[in-house]
Amino acid sequence: MTDHYITLSLLLFTIGAVGVLVRRNAIVVFMCVELMLNATNLAFVTFARAHGNLDGQIAAFLVMVVAAAEVVVGLAIIVSIFRTRRSASVDDASLLKY
Amino acid sequence: MTAPTDLLLATEQAPDALAPVAASGVFVLIAVMILVPLVSSALLVLGDGPRFDLADKRGHLLGTAASLASFVIGVVLFVTLLGRDAGDRSIEQNLFAWIHVGGFQVDMTFLYDPLSALFVLLITGVGTLIHVYSIGYMEHDPRRRRFFGFLNLFIAAMLTLVLAGDYLVLFLGWEGVGLASYLLIGFWQHKQSAAVAAKKAFVVNRVGDVGLALAIMLMFAQLGTTSFVGVAEGIEQVSSGTATALGLLLLLGACGKSAQVPLQSWLLDAMEGPTPVSALIHAATMVTAGVYLVVRSNFIYEGTEAARTAVVVVGLVTLIAGAWIGCAKDDIKKALAGSTMSQIGYMMLAAGLGPAGYAYAIFHLITHGFFKANMFLGAGSVMHGMDDEVDMRRYGGLARLMPLTFGTFAMGYLAIIGFPGFSGFFSKDRIIEAAFAENVFVGIAAALGAGVTAFYMTRLMIMTFLSSRRWKENAHPHESPAVMTAPLVVLAVASVLGGFLVLGGWISDWLTPVTGYETHELAVPAWVFSVGITVLVAIGVAVAWATYGRRDVPSTAPEKVSFVTRAGRRDLYGDAVNEAVLMRPGDQATRGLAVFDRIGVDGAVRAVTGGIGATSSLLRRAQTGFVRSYSLTIFGGALIVLVAVLAVNLA
Repeated sequence: MTDHYITLSLLLFTIGAVGVLVRRNAIVVFMCVELMLNATNLAFVTFARAHGNLDGQIAAFLVMVVAAAEVVVGLAIIVSIFRTRRSASVDDASLLKY
Repeated sequence: MTAPTDLLLATEQAPDALAPVAASGVFVLIAVMILVPLVSSALLVLGDGPRFDLADKRGHLLGTAASLASFVIGVVLFVTLLGRDAGDRSIEQNLFAWIHVGGFQVDMTFLYDPLSALFVLLITGVGTLIHVYSIGYMEHDPRRRRFFGFLNLFIAAMLTLVLAGDYLVLFLGWEGVGLASYLLIGFWQHKQSAAVAAKKAFVVNRVGDVGLALAIMLMFAQLGTTSFVGVAEGIEQVSSGTATALGLLLLLGACGKSAQVPLQSWLLDAMEGPTPVSALIHAATMVTAGVYLVVRSNFIYEGTEAARTAVVVVGLVTLIAGAWIGCAKDDIKKALAGSTMSQIGYMMLAAGLGPAGYAYAIFHLITHGFFKANMFLGAGSVMHGMDDEVDMRRYGGLARLMPLTFGTFAMGYLAIIGFPGFSGFFSKDRIIEAAFAENVFVGIAAALGAGVTAFYMTRLMIMTFLSSRRWKENAHPHESPAVMTAPLVVLAVASVLGGFLVLGGWISDWLTPVTGYETHELAVPAWVFSVGITVLVAIGVAVAWATYGRRDVPSTAPEKVSFVTRAGRRDLYGDAVNEAVLMRPGDQATRGLAVFDRIGVDGAVRAVTGGIGATSSLLRRAQTGFVRSYSLTIFGGALIVLVAVLAVNLA
């Protein structure tokens, strides 16, 4: 039973990770990050169930709170970049380099 | 420590162990004697600005009065000392604890004993006369006040040197006279040659001072004290090697200050200073400090035959080298400077002979102080009348125009060549006799030196005062003002009468409590030596007369001369040797070090920084600015960590 949830979590995480790596649109990358976070949340909850305690559930709550805060900041940044550069491509925002 | 007086008549006597009594009564003035010129010097040198106009006009009088005050105190103390018993003549004044660290204590002590007393009289007496003379000599110098300030500084430092009761206090005076000498040689600092000469004197003296400083450190290391009394008491316990090392180090110090070979090169250049300075510092007093040091340290030399021999050798070599240089120089002051070196060589030689010679070293030092100061001031008077011309080849026939200068100079001349009855006759004869008693070859060399002295001094006399007039155009020789000739007269009288100090053996009796005394055994009666030396002197005079008196003296120095003359003109290649042995290798070494620093040290540092810079400019290429490549790196890193954790767990 637990194995299936973990497998699903792995799949979700991998999809998110690949999305972060291959997609250029900042919004999509951002959604993929959320997908990864939720994959870990699923893993946390699964392990909490497996071990019969609440540690994983508390961790999942923590991740949700952090993710919510991150969404606020991240979206604000993306919007302001889009406003100045008329583009949401992460590859275009490459000024900070050597 | 009252030695019965009848003991003084014994032929051989060790010095009483130094056992000074605390200063009381009139002897509390010992420190005042030093303070008066010191304060006056501070006023004259440091006072500046419009409020000191008066000091510019009257400063020389203050300076002279300060020196005179010290002289008066010196005479009062000397007379008081004369009234005491022979064993009681050592007075110590302890002012305050100067340095007090753990077991090491140095007090600011002054020791007034028969030896110091004679020096005090010489320094302040001749010093005062030269102050008076300088009033006239420096009349037109805009910085005359400063000159007198420096002279007073010198008097204070020199008195500290001879009155010190501790080697470290002596060192204070030693450095003080070095400073005063530096300031006064370079007094006319606008002249490049004077500035360079001052620097040279300072640097060469530092070499000697290192010797003295090391000797003091060695005393502290071995004996734990540096006071004369402490060292004299403790010296018997140290090994003979230590005593020899102390003796040689002190000799090195003495060589620097007294311009003895191998540290002689500065004295001839020091003649760049004003002539009163040459007379006071570089003839009568400061350059004899080395002799004082050796005589004062007699308790150290007592235990070391080797160091005493070194003193004799240094004295003998300098005696001959100085006389040689004196024969070849045409500059009147340099000829006299060569003579000074030579005469101090005599004193060193005597000091190296031990108790048989100490008293005569001091005796010759005093008579030399009189007649050489007299002749230097006479030379200054001649220069004053000849528009500062120093080349004797441009003098001639000045006797009639400067009768007082000539007359007083002649007294000095007769004294230095040892004309019977004059002071130099007594003092030099005693030294040569003592030298013969020690070693016949040393005696012969010293006697020959006396003949050479007669030659170069006669040459100087003939070229300056007699012979035909070879003046430059516009020269109007004239006698100097009374303020300059009066000191000459006093010093001339002293040059004639100074020899009477030895009559009845007074000088050796007087110094016995400090230095000890032993009579020397001579194979032949003393009068044979006197006659023999006088004959040598007569030969020297005759040769000089035949060479310079009967023939015309060319007004430019002849070019084609023997090697002997050429070497003498170039100070026996002293500077060339210093340059070849010390300066050039030093130059090469610094140049080599500079190259090593540039290539070795700087090269290594630059290679490291360059390597780090190149590596980082390669590494920074990884910072592409593409967020996705960063995240790939993060995932890659996470993967590696994951694999590593799994590998460890599974293993």
